[in-house]
Amino acid sequence: MAITRSRTAEEELLQKIPREEHLQMYRMMVLIRRFEEMAGKMYMQAAIGGFCHLYIGQEAVAVGIQSALRPDDYVMGTYREHGQILAAGSDPKAVMAELFGKVTGVSRGKGGSMHLFDREKNFMGGTAIVGGNLPIAAGVGFAIKYRGGDQVCVCYFGDGAVNEGAFHESLNIAALWKLPVLFVCENNLYGMGTQVTRASAVPDLERRVVGYGIESAQVDGMDLLAIRKVAETAIQECRSGRGPFFIEAKTYRYRGHSMADPATYRTKEEVEEWRVRDPITRYEKQLLGAGILTDDDIQNVSREVDEIVEESVRFSEESPLPAPHELYTDVYAAEI
Amino acid sequence: MPVITYREALNQALREEMRQDPDVFIVGEEVAEYQGAYKVTEGMLAEFGPQRVVDTPISEEAIAGIGVGAALAGLKPVIEMMTVNFSLLALDQIVNHAAKYLYMSGGQYNVPMVMRAPTGVGLQLGAQHSQNFESWFVHCPGLKVVLPATPYDAKGLLKSSIRDPDPVIFLEHELIYLTKGEVPEDDYVVPLGVADIKRKGTDVSIICYSRMALFAMKAAERLEEEGISAEVVDLRTLRPLDVDAVLESVRKTHRAVVCEEDWPMCGMGAELSATIMEGAFDYLDAPVKRISGVDVPMPYAKNLEKLAVPGEEDIYQACRQIVAGEI
Repeated sequence: MAITRSRTAEEELLQKIPREEHLQMYRMMVLIRRFEEMAGKMYMQAAIGGFCHLYIGQEAVAVGIQSALRPDDYVMGTYREHGQILAAGSDPKAVMAELFGKVTGVSRGKGGSMHLFDREKNFMGGTAIVGGNLPIAAGVGFAIKYRGGDQVCVCYFGDGAVNEGAFHESLNIAALWKLPVLFVCENNLYGMGTQVTRASAVPDLERRVVGYGIESAQVDGMDLLAIRKVAETAIQECRSGRGPFFIEAKTYRYRGHSMADPATYRTKEEVEEWRVRDPITRYEKQLLGAGILTDDDIQNVSREVDEIVEESVRFSEESPLPAPHELYTDVYAAEI
Repeated sequence: MPVITYREALNQALREEMRQDPDVFIVGEEVAEYQGAYKVTEGMLAEFGPQRVVDTPISEEAIAGIGVGAALAGLKPVIEMMTVNFSLLALDQIVNHAAKYLYMSGGQYNVPMVMRAPTGVGLQLGAQHSQNFESWFVHCPGLKVVLPATPYDAKGLLKSSIRDPDPVIFLEHELIYLTKGEVPEDDYVVPLGVADIKRKGTDVSIICYSRMALFAMKAAERLEEEGISAEVVDLRTLRPLDVDAVLESVRKTHRAVVCEEDWPMCGMGAELSATIMEGAFDYLDAPVKRISGVDVPMPYAKNLEKLAVPGEEDIYQACRQIVAGEI
């Protein structure tokens, strides 16, 4: 399915969405950006351990997709999921506390950066095995259909995942059984340090799903409104029982694969080219240009978000570590 | 009490649980139209329909993912792997996902899923179709592992497994599907994590599970004729392991023969030996004797296969020797 963007379509969407919702989406993108910048800083100060994969640059994808969902829909993230869980509406304090390994974290300090969960928000993690969440998303889709519901399960993964067997098994079974799964490929051009052209025989990733007969779309992953528009179409397709939908969002991560990665496999010029297309700046300009937000609104958001992020750090620093007995809890749900 | 086969007992367990809980369904290769590769699901498509008895493509990782995802969303899936050998294609889902969700979500998401699979040696099925992998699964915290030996246990344990809130690996030995035993028609369960003393004895403890428990019973009968009283401890569940039952028996008999059809390296026999060393060392009158499959891939030739597979005679001889002080 070809999604064509025109100025009129963009204007139409700008006007269609209520101001309050624009403000929410804009605030969420800025929150993710500042939260991630702070997470990077905290990682450098060793307040955060392990692997830490930042979402900076990709904010429009999670916000655009998830703003089109209902609260009873499901989301399955990847290991680069800080932005995805924030977009699901989880408390930034509890997300930051999880990165700090504190008991007040979303996963009680037992998951970490790569395993963020929030059952109340139907955010099902947080998995750090590339492609591992696709079969599970099919299972969630199966459960939705089994119960006759009209929810949707969104499943995020990167360009690296399309070369895993799990990707192909899952797309086939989801299409075969018409499961309500929205597969969202965040193509940020690199699977760790390997460019997609060195990993995929067909680098045009949307074409990789043609063999499964799945409806699909390619979208500019740096354009919030474009993503929102395609998400609405895709989610409607899934809800109506016509089966899964595949979105390839062409996006870019400004930082390395993880905090440990200096990203020497790409040029500074390439990073700069993408920064020019920054999704937050772009959306901000659109909102200001259409008179939906004012400079004051922008400054207010900036101040609010900074306070939220600083509060999340304060909260995390002050929170206790998990008690030693937590080592042994949550291995089994049943008493052993 | 009706006498039925192990296979029929499993079929009863599945039907009973599906009748009383609409969240239970079965999914796997050939479970519906074909009636199950080993006919465990025979007649179930007709009773429950294709929504609850679901054929899949040959996609083991996806099958396991369907189980994990459906379980996360609150259903109680029973996934069938056609044989345990194929479950290796689904290990990422089982080990990295099913076994980890509850812990890494800080207690938010449990995975009430059962993975059923035929296991063990067959008859001249060769290297890729004659394997045991219980020790792989037992190794992983977060999983439960069940290997029933009798029709009674098969039914009661499968019902418990389906009702359990955690992921359960339920392994059915291929060569005992047609064994028969008394199985009540009523709604009973056998709890997970509880061993069964299948035969009481005083001279030696035979600690075993699955098909080896049937061999142990036969060996014990022969040993009795020679005046040797063997106790048969059928573990039934390997994780959680009924350590108390093992140690209690060994403290009484002072001798232990541990049995598995699986390869010996890092297997249940090794685990049981260590458990006994840690918990009953002072009670032992002889070193623990381990019986296992031979440490080679399974050969096809009939004579070689026979040499590779442990059985009644191995248990019988080991018990005689250990009681005679020859070990």
